[in-house]
Amino acid sequence: MPTTGAPTKITQGSQTKGGIGESTLRPDGTLKVTGEFAYSSDMWHEDMLWGQILRSTVAHAEIVSIDTSEALALPGVYAVMTYDDLPTDVKNYGLEIQDTPVLAHGKVRHHGEPVAIVAADHPETARRAAAKIKVEYRELPVITDEASATAPDAILVHEGRDDHHIGHVPHPNIVHRQPIVRGNAEEAAKKADFVVKGEYTFGMQDQAFLGPESGLAVPDEDGGVHLYIATQWLHSDLKQIAPVLGLPESKVRMTLSGVGGAFGGREDISMQIHACLLALRTGKPVKIVYNRFESFFGHVHRHPAKLYYEHGATAEGKLTHVKCRIVLDGGAYASASPAVVGNASSLSIGPYVVDDVDIEAIALYTNNPPCGAMRGFGAVQACFAYEAQMDKLADQVGMDRVAFRQLNAMEQGTIMPTGQPVDSPAPVAELLRRVKAMPLPPEQQWLSAGEEADVRQLPGGLSNTTHGEGVVRGVGYAVGIKNVGFSEGFDDYSTAKVRMEVVGGEPVATVHTAMAEVGQGGVTVHAQIARTELGVAQVTIHPADTQVGSAGSTSASRQTYVTGGAVKNSCELVREKVLEIGRRKFGSYHPAWATAELLLEGGKVVTDGGEVLADLAEVLEGETVEVEAEWRHRPTEAFDLRTGQGFGHVQYSFAAHRAVVEVDTELGLVKVIELACAQDVGKALNPLSVVGQIQGGTIQGLGVAVMEEIIVDPKTAKVRNPSFTDYLIPTILDTPTIPVDVLELADDHAPYGLRGIGEAPTLSSTPAVLAAIRNATGLELNRTPVRPEHLTGTA
Amino acid sequence: MRVNFTVNGRPQEADDVWEGESLLYVLRERLGLPGSKNACEQGECGSCTVRLDGVPVCSCLVAAGQVEGRDVVTVEGLADFAKQRACGSTCGTPLDEAKQWAAKGQDSQTGEGTELSPIQQAFIDAGAVQCGFCTPGLLVAADEMLERNPNPTDADIREGLSGNLCRCTGYEKIMDAVRLAAARQSEGV
Repeated sequence: MPTTGAPTKITQGSQTKGGIGESTLRPDGTLKVTGEFAYSSDMWHEDMLWGQILRSTVAHAEIVSIDTSEALALPGVYAVMTYDDLPTDVKNYGLEIQDTPVLAHGKVRHHGEPVAIVAADHPETARRAAAKIKVEYRELPVITDEASATAPDAILVHEGRDDHHIGHVPHPNIVHRQPIVRGNAEEAAKKADFVVKGEYTFGMQDQAFLGPESGLAVPDEDGGVHLYIATQWLHSDLKQIAPVLGLPESKVRMTLSGVGGAFGGREDISMQIHACLLALRTGKPVKIVYNRFESFFGHVHRHPAKLYYEHGATAEGKLTHVKCRIVLDGGAYASASPAVVGNASSLSIGPYVVDDVDIEAIALYTNNPPCGAMRGFGAVQACFAYEAQMDKLADQVGMDRVAFRQLNAMEQGTIMPTGQPVDSPAPVAELLRRVKAMPLPPEQQWLSAGEEADVRQLPGGLSNTTHGEGVVRGVGYAVGIKNVGFSEGFDDYSTAKVRMEVVGGEPVATVHTAMAEVGQGGVTVHAQIARTELGVAQVTIHPADTQVGSAGSTSASRQTYVTGGAVKNSCELVREKVLEIGRRKFGSYHPAWATAELLLEGGKVVTDGGEVLADLAEVLEGETVEVEAEWRHRPTEAFDLRTGQGFGHVQYSFAAHRAVVEVDTELGLVKVIELACAQDVGKALNPLSVVGQIQGGTIQGLGVAVMEEIIVDPKTAKVRNPSFTDYLIPTILDTPTIPVDVLELADDHAPYGLRGIGEAPTLSSTPAVLAAIRNATGLELNRTPVRPEHLTGTA
Repeated sequence: MRVNFTVNGRPQEADDVWEGESLLYVLRERLGLPGSKNACEQGECGSCTVRLDGVPVCSCLVAAGQVEGRDVVTVEGLADFAKQRACGSTCGTPLDEAKQWAAKGQDSQTGEGTELSPIQQAFIDAGAVQCGFCTPGLLVAADEMLERNPNPTDADIREGLSGNLCRCTGYEKIMDAVRLAAARQSEGV
């Protein structure tokens, strides 16, 4: 199958060092390896107090009374606040639906909901004070799944909903519902020679970023507040914080502190408003730092899901139809659930050609922990299920599993279930070919060091549970599709301010955006773009704050595309102005100023033929050129609420994985030996960072395949494992080698042809590992994560 | 209570320490050394790893009072620690060199010009740093592992660093960084 598409060609800046396409090193690298980089939990201020949140000990209850008197009497305590102390009529916040109370009002809807906040002069004093607050609860029955949420007599998690989804949902305990109907699945099913039905369960995954929720709120002299915070989107926080405080947005100043990872978990507000409230109440700086236990309650998780699929294929292996129903558990508050529903439904059949589909996705309101954004955002759960279906169907048809996928793989021009054509390269078959073509790791590599088995390379590891007895190898494949950028008509813009001037005789560019650098390397890439577009060596990245326009969220794989696009755009505007100055100053000295295409390269103005016209330092002598401009990708539109039709997505991103596992079938222990990935990135602006993103995303997918799950008690809706002792994320011993093959086929709609890359590798990793375990064990395995009891028949 | 101990070669005194405070808390909040990180505060993630009398420990699990009179090395002191180790007992500044001493430029925003230990440099060069929150603990652990085992196999590296969680990188670039530091060390670079 031919691969269509080509790499991007760059003219401007191609001669300048440190530009796009090079693996330049992180500008914050030195600070991060010396311990000098200031994360939000490292903030410190003279006279600062420590904030503490009291959280509900039950999942669903009326609050009968709150008694704060003993807490207030504790020496060292400066303030205790409850719902009654909130300063304005705005007492809720939320990303899309403002349904989340800043502090509980009369009722708690999930385990760990904030009820009261305390400020004290020592964190332990604050903790002890919070423990002295007496809250009397009258417990209510818990809503924990679809059956209990939609039962005729179900208690409504939110009474009196007036959000914009209530008009089209079948029950008030359903946040949002998105059907997609295209063709006629019922009719098409009659053409199927083989039909496979499956029911799948996806566990609740935690982002488990290492830097805990934290920040410092400092009261300002003008009655405002300055918040130093780790977040994914400063301006979204600002919009939610300011009204609760009763302050204009101009009096809530926000500066991004160091962010210790995010993965979606910092899209929602955590301690931001609480810290500001306590700072304004006490008139003192207030720092709040969650510990890991609290962090598990302090942010939303990935939606657990039930997925019901029916796939059909002809005897030749062509897909005839797909019917599916995806039920996402949104927990107690809406968070990003509506958008997750949109993604889950529109990407539910994967990167395949199917003309006849009948799709429905819903998110529930329950009393389980709130769920929202996590890397992959609705597409992850679907990919786990449709890839399991594809394997089963290939087996029925009697085809090789990879060949079956390739036969049905989408290409540029394929129409999505939403009716949207895929209008840039979609090398799905090629990515599968590439991962399959990679050499397999040698058999029995635990013997590679000699006669003795190296148990570290075996399932069970240093527990020394096997020296190879009962160990079976399996290989599995999967491929996925993820949208890039905010979809469904969202005005998804970004702003960049770029300045160019002469400092110490050298031309220097400064890039100022509000982009949250959460580790992804956006700051590295911004400097590269500025070098490429402005032909300079020196680029300063200004700290991110709200003194510049919004950059949108660091999520949806969008920042290099959108804020990168904004930086590129502002740089181009600066370049034009610089050339205008050059023409004004030097135009009369050389005709090329008027006639040739001019480039900025290596600190000089040159013609496209390479002739040097002037030094940038001369052109900019006595001048400062500055541009702040918004930049938008092409617009999208909402999905029709009945048919799901609409040009909903900006761009698609594709990755394929091959997993090789070894399973100790007697003990049910799994060792992933290798996870190979091939991904189309459009254009690798920084190849080292691209590979780093792919490897990191791959391992988060491995985590939810074999270990990661927040366990919620179905009887009480309480979280049972809120710690790194009981919620396991992969260690370096659990992690295999991850060979990565990067393909660069330009998307003509995107800056430099690039494709958002952060999320796609998180999709296909999980189903590839599951497929490999099925291949090793012959078990059906319709849930993830897989635990030993699922492999030994003792579940 | 008052705690006296040595941090990165300098005697330190911490006053008004509450008995329940950890070494991590005292380093971060009382001594202005926030490089050791607070990712879990329960001894599972390794982000707070420091050397206590040479032994890597999770400083969140060490009560501040336990370090009385002892010697602590944190990520902030890693470069100096590695330098001293490299020059052995003959360490010191010769008179001629001292006479020519000049302050080295250091960019306070980017840290450019800062002297780094080999493992720190390798982490930057290999792309092993993303969000960086696990980095200080990993650096202290990896430096200690390479001190014990200058030519580790991949399995040795994985075993040696298995107490340090990283959520961003998938560990591949961390493996690259440790291999790079080991290779540079054996080449004497």
